[in-house]
Amino acid sequence: MERNGKLPKIYLTAVFLVLYAPIFYLIFYSFNSGGTMSHFESFTWEHYAAVFEDKRLIIIVLNTVVVALLSALISTAIGVMGAITIHYMKNKAMRNAMLSMNSILMVSPDVIIGASFLILFTLVGIKLGFASVLLSHIAFSIPIVVIMVLPKLQEMSPTLIDAALDLGATRKEIMSRVILPFIKPGIFAGFFLALTYSLDDFAVTFFVTGNGFSTLSVEIYSMARTGVTLTINALSGLIFVITAGLILGYYFLTNRPKTPARGLKR
Amino acid sequence: MKALVRGAILIAATAAILMIINAQLAKSGAQSGGNTLTVYNWGEYIDPDLIKQFEKETGINVIYETFDSNEGMMGKIEQGGTSYDITVPSEYMVEMMREKDLLIPLDYDKIPNIKNIDPYFMDLPFDPDNTYSIPYFWGTLGIAYNPTLLDGQTFESWDNLWDPSLKQEAVLVDSAREVIGMSLNSLGYSLNSTNIDELREATDKLKTLSPNIKAVIGDEVTQMMMNNEAAVSLIWSGQAADMMSENEDITYVVPEEGSNLWFDNIVIPKTVKNIDGAYEFINFMLRPEVAAQNADYVGYSTPNKEALSLLDPEVVSDERYYPDEKAREHLEVYKDLGLEMLGTYNELFLEFKMNMK
Amino acid sequence: MMRDLKRMVRRMKTNRASLRLSMVPYSLWIILFVIAPIGLIVYYSFFDLSGNFTFDNYKNFFTSVYLKLTVSSFWYAFLITFFSLLISYPTAYFLTKLKHKQLWLLLIIIPSWINLLLKTYAFIGLMGLYGPVNALLETVGIGKQQILFTDFSFVFVSVYIFIPFMILPIFNALDKLNPALIDASRDLGANAWTTFRRVIWPLTLNGVKSGIQVVFIPALSLFMITRLIAGNKVITLGTAIEQQFLVTQNWGMGSTIAVFLILFMVVILLLTTANERGMAGSGKKR
Repeated sequence: MERNGKLPKIYLTAVFLVLYAPIFYLIFYSFNSGGTMSHFESFTWEHYAAVFEDKRLIIIVLNTVVVALLSALISTAIGVMGAITIHYMKNKAMRNAMLSMNSILMVSPDVIIGASFLILFTLVGIKLGFASVLLSHIAFSIPIVVIMVLPKLQEMSPTLIDAALDLGATRKEIMSRVILPFIKPGIFAGFFLALTYSLDDFAVTFFVTGNGFSTLSVEIYSMARTGVTLTINALSGLIFVITAGLILGYYFLTNRPKTPARGLKR
Repeated sequence: MKALVRGAILIAATAAILMIINAQLAKSGAQSGGNTLTVYNWGEYIDPDLIKQFEKETGINVIYETFDSNEGMMGKIEQGGTSYDITVPSEYMVEMMREKDLLIPLDYDKIPNIKNIDPYFMDLPFDPDNTYSIPYFWGTLGIAYNPTLLDGQTFESWDNLWDPSLKQEAVLVDSAREVIGMSLNSLGYSLNSTNIDELREATDKLKTLSPNIKAVIGDEVTQMMMNNEAAVSLIWSGQAADMMSENEDITYVVPEEGSNLWFDNIVIPKTVKNIDGAYEFINFMLRPEVAAQNADYVGYSTPNKEALSLLDPEVVSDERYYPDEKAREHLEVYKDLGLEMLGTYNELFLEFKMNMK
Repeated sequence: MMRDLKRMVRRMKTNRASLRLSMVPYSLWIILFVIAPIGLIVYYSFFDLSGNFTFDNYKNFFTSVYLKLTVSSFWYAFLITFFSLLISYPTAYFLTKLKHKQLWLLLIIIPSWINLLLKTYAFIGLMGLYGPVNALLETVGIGKQQILFTDFSFVFVSVYIFIPFMILPIFNALDKLNPALIDASRDLGANAWTTFRRVIWPLTLNGVKSGIQVVFIPALSLFMITRLIAGNKVITLGTAIEQQFLVTQNWGMGSTIAVFLILFMVVILLLTTANERGMAGSGKKR
């Protein structure tokens, strides 16, 4: 680090600044009494008060979070299994075919995914609502998990498994003690990206949801015609502060005792 | 492994807790029991206070759901599996839905307040005799511009958009019928033209507009005009009204060659479950004081002639919002040209957009 | 010898058993949510507006408008991927050197949890004529620029969206890198550039490849940004499909474009997997 001098710090600061600039912009105007995202008039909390008064909005936010968490969790589980399946496939042609299929959902435009899922759900007779939205979010998040986990599996040297086998490990042990710990970073990456996919999706959700169930994205997009209100800005600000707070809090709670030791090692 | 399992359990538990809170919240909202009405409308297209008032008066619990495009809305209704009682399509969509048999004919014995609607807006070609639909809001297509940014230039004709001094200034809406229709109008043709030669001519004329175009965008144009980001735009009167309410420099004109007259309409789709509730809701929305309050909130023009006297007289006498009969003569309502023709319009529009740079 | 044989047998069994077990949900997913939708798309692509069987949609695709669209889509997807990689690689590298690197990594992802449409609106404000960026440009004496609705703004915002997806796999690959290898390389007299080219880059190539896959492929079908940030001066295949499905309601033509998009994607994937094998081979030689 020292060898590189200040360059890395400046570079990272610049990257973070750009990443967070639009978010701070949104939050800044959530305090605007002017009612639009320009010409800051004066400071107000009224948009935040509006968030808490709007029960429908709160229900929608909770729906969004539940779908995101569950779909990310389940798609990560299935995606990890899928990655293992693909990785240990002997037949190369088959393997390539599987890989291509895996990625098709990533390139298909949302409208097509949404429309075809809708047809599928109505054919099978799944009621449109929470279940259909959850299922589709799981479906379109799986490929990203596979793509995040596969490289980790490829890095893992086969001798690791051989060694475990020589030591008398069972299949289950190999899975839980060797493979999974090794690919853990890939699993986390997959989970967080699946979460991102779910939170951002508009078109697919719009198609497959029935009445009585909506997510934040659908709500925001449908406001576009008459303009998004600053209540949504305030809500985003709240969501941002809460998630950042939770993550920071969790991180420091779980890492506090270890940190000094780690620092020493360097 | 342990960490993974622990993490998974933690996430599942969080989700479960949130679901319980949610169910609790939803329950406390719907104490009135089974009598619910699902209204499927554009986002922010009704005054929420009116919904509360309606709920209080009738005991019906309203579920308000939103869509962002006519086509998306129709898709949801066509596919079934939903139970929308009321929805609000634009005029061409009423025609399309009617042809697809997605609408229920209205029983006017249950809607006495229909008498409040201005006869001028009744019995239009997209729905003769208003068998299926009642106008909710209406408006025109025109040019919104900001003279302070344009050295006082004015717009009376569509051709003013072609003025060489407007280099990189004009913003168009991203919609084929509107943009090609504007060009057709400027050439003196009907904006419902299906004559391919006329369409070609209109597209060729549009191509010469390219140097003046800043962008072709959607509803965001409203914000851009408000913030002086754009100086002139082809836009619907509803959005223009939004702009003018925020930025007093902006003005709106309907060019003399003629333009489009548009309607959003209340209909009862075939997915209806609570038909009595739907009629009560329509009748409620047609009350003069309700229509006036709603028009005041949304900012669009109401077809309810009794409501006009309750609105700010300054707004009602403003020809930009409520053009007089003479101005209306040049206005044309869109006809459903059929999917084939719509495809042609869109392909020509795509060609125009591809050649913009 | 005997032990080797036993081990081989056990290994094969292990693989097959775990394969069978993990295959069920994943295969089910592929059948229901991948094969079925593709089947539908291919099926629809052979029908015209009035529901007659036809090859016209395919013929139509080869007219100038759609071919031009394809070429420009590829060009922009390439630009977006290139700049994403250019920015993400050093970011990921520097991140791995930080003390609380996992935390910093999370902080890279958090912005992507805020609704995309909202962030896009924020960019419209930031890049606007009266926005902070132009204010900055004015104070440093460059003067006001039209930033929105240009190629630059389009590529910039797209890169912004895709960066986390590119950083994550690269970070994971770099993080695993054994520092001893780098030290060894330095000790053997390699300069920084040689070390990077000969040691770091090859060892992180898998991460880079998954990064490219998750950026290039979706970049081909970006749609909302093309309108809001590029003002439709950039149009991608995704925009065209969206239009066909939603506005024109010509599902046949929309599906046909989608079929081509899927074909392009398969070609790209096959190319990257072929490379992978080639790299592994040359890696051994070294």
